[in-house]
Amino acid sequence: MKLCLVVDDSKVIRKVARRILEEINFEIEEAVDGQDALDACERNLPDVVLLDWNMPVMDGLEFLKALRAKDGIQQPIVVFCTTENDMSHIRMAIEAGANEYIMKPFDREIIEAKFTQVGLI
Amino acid sequence: MKNQDFEFLAGLLKEKSGLMLTPDKVYLLESRLTPLSRKRGLETLDALIQKLRMSRDEALIKDVTEAMTTNESFFFRDNTPFDIFKNHVLPAMEKARPNRKLRIWCAAASTGQEPYSLAILLKENWAKWQGWNIEIVGTDICTQVLEKAKAGTYSQFEVQRGLPIQMLIKYFKQEGDVWRLNDDIRNMVTYRPFNLLSNFNILGSFDVIYCRNVLIYFDQPTKKDVLERMHGVLPKDGTLFLGAAETVLGITDKLRPVRGQRGMYVSTEGNAEELMGFK
Repeated sequence: MKLCLVVDDSKVIRKVARRILEEINFEIEEAVDGQDALDACERNLPDVVLLDWNMPVMDGLEFLKALRAKDGIQQPIVVFCTTENDMSHIRMAIEAGANEYIMKPFDREIIEAKFTQVGLI
Repeated sequence: MKNQDFEFLAGLLKEKSGLMLTPDKVYLLESRLTPLSRKRGLETLDALIQKLRMSRDEALIKDVTEAMTTNESFFFRDNTPFDIFKNHVLPAMEKARPNRKLRIWCAAASTGQEPYSLAILLKENWAKWQGWNIEIVGTDICTQVLEKAKAGTYSQFEVQRGLPIQMLIKYFKQEGDVWRLNDDIRNMVTYRPFNLLSNFNILGSFDVIYCRNVLIYFDQPTKKDVLERMHGVLPKDGTLFLGAAETVLGITDKLRPVRGQRGMYVSTEGNAEELMGFK
């Protein structure tokens, strides 16, 4: 079973994402911000990170840059999942090393489609 | 709905579009035609049926047919038919068409995602196709969906179903709430309204046909008729793609499935499999 780290400061979003991802056979860990997510990666490196952008303490982009700067780890796939839906944010995310990008609101079909595209399903 | 009304509507739809309605689809007639009745200033669905019985109002019949067609579509739907196109069909056609002419038909183009997905795959390797005359023809019985296809604008929801983000960045522009496909991709596809029950000859012949998720709505004789006429406009090395729930098996022996390649069919007397490296 693949491990997905769901990073979002909204408890509701984490819950929705967890429900969808568990249905398609992912094991879930949750983090509430970028720093919390980095700590989670230290403990247990996930296969994929579903990543919000705007969060307190450390935002999604900062987390992504810190993660991609790590040497000697099996880099997880990172899928942004954010209300930021303009081209400049999308480009910034991809340039920083995101593999895919979901614009909220999302549903099961979108998550499945995106996870398929990056070879997780 | 009265039995005789159901039979009348089912008969009309079959005659006009080939669409088969089984009695368990009564709810579909009611849910889709009731709004149409109101739009036409008729109080009830009964009044609409009455009007259809009294006059052969072709415009009204067309609206009924369009309301009953299913137009769900998304980019790179089911992936496999597009992977095969990119990895097998295109390389084979590149070798087998010294005249550098390629014609592709999306026979149920709906809102355009399928023909545009093919256009994007061609564009991804565009240097290779310089000097080629490539035509992608998208047809659909429903003129409303073709208008949307031509416009090439999609909602945030639509561009996220199947379209990789890199392709969104490369081929779309954001315009407020919608995403507009760039003109160079839009211009690769021509659209025309077309009923699959009518003669294919005016369309010419095609090297590749996508006819996905249409035959499921037809009865057996209509399926056979459409498939055999498609076979008639395909060269011997041509390819036909059907939907995941559709097949030629038990319907016609003019076409056969390609083993291991889901949804892909070729002419029984042809050599397409060899050409594409499947044999």
